[in-house]
Amino acid sequence: MDSAGSDAPAGTVPAARVPLGRAADTGLKIVVVGGFGVGKTTLVRSVSEIRPLNTEEVMTRAGVGVDETAGVGRKSTTTVAFDFGRISLDERRVLYLFGAPGQERFWFLWDRLFSGTLGAVVLVDTRRMSDSWYAVDRLEHHGTPFVVAVNRFDGDLAAFSLGEIRQALSLGPGVPLIDCDARVRSSGKHVLITLVDHLRALAGAREGKP
Amino acid sequence: MTRRPVEVGDPERLYTVTGGRSRADGDAFDLVTLIVAESDPAPWMQSEHVRILRLCRTPSAVVEISADLGMPVTVVRILLGDLLATGRITARHPQQGAGAGVPLPDSALLEEVLHGLRRL
Repeated sequence: MDSAGSDAPAGTVPAARVPLGRAADTGLKIVVVGGFGVGKTTLVRSVSEIRPLNTEEVMTRAGVGVDETAGVGRKSTTTVAFDFGRISLDERRVLYLFGAPGQERFWFLWDRLFSGTLGAVVLVDTRRMSDSWYAVDRLEHHGTPFVVAVNRFDGDLAAFSLGEIRQALSLGPGVPLIDCDARVRSSGKHVLITLVDHLRALAGAREGKP
Repeated sequence: MTRRPVEVGDPERLYTVTGGRSRADGDAFDLVTLIVAESDPAPWMQSEHVRILRLCRTPSAVVEISADLGMPVTVVRILLGDLLATGRITARHPQQGAGAGVPLPDSALLEEVLHGLRRL
């Protein structure tokens, strides 16, 4: 009933789900974290081979959040929605890109959803820097390596320099910080390459290679 | 740009779908575990199992199944557990990544990821 456009005529929009090749055997993930409206879905869409899909996870536990008015004897349920896209890297490897909200309740689900992620991109809107600060703090807490990408909306370039943003977010010198335009495929691609390059350098250092 | 809310159905229906279970055993399925059907659906199977087997004629990630069924990941994990236990699907699990119990990605893997991204 709600098949997200899978019946759309061929050739008008990318099919919601192009099947993977039969040899696909390794799923990988990268998470794009940012506040509402910062452009996560736009970034995912710009590089994904499928139109971004949306799903959600439900957390049932007592004592989390503010939904304590549900009634005596009932557990509170928190739902977190997220979207994702996909990039087939080669015949075997498939990279899934997740756009995840940086809000507080989401981090309760981080381990369940995103343990095993290669790394994360923190997408920054300079008009709402505090959202990003929280994401940076949580990623450091979880030990997830990340880069920070500033989504420059029209006319935003004058707002803050990268140096000022680095300072505002208390980013260490080792954390890559770049500008991007989430709408542009080449720019989105550059963000992902910057992240994986950073991850490779970290892995190389761990393995004792230059 | 429209964000379509996921059709979750009411909690009671989800409860029915999973036979009253609310947790998958050991969270055996990662979001990006790739699921492959090993048999055709049988007429007596519950409709969600049938849909999963149809979707997984080619490899499909757990999260894609969740999006296609319009059901939360937790529920899908439970349904997949049933199918795995009866040998109707196989699961191709991710092997590397940062986090609990998973080896960190090595530079060889990351090199291949970079290679794939540069070709985009």
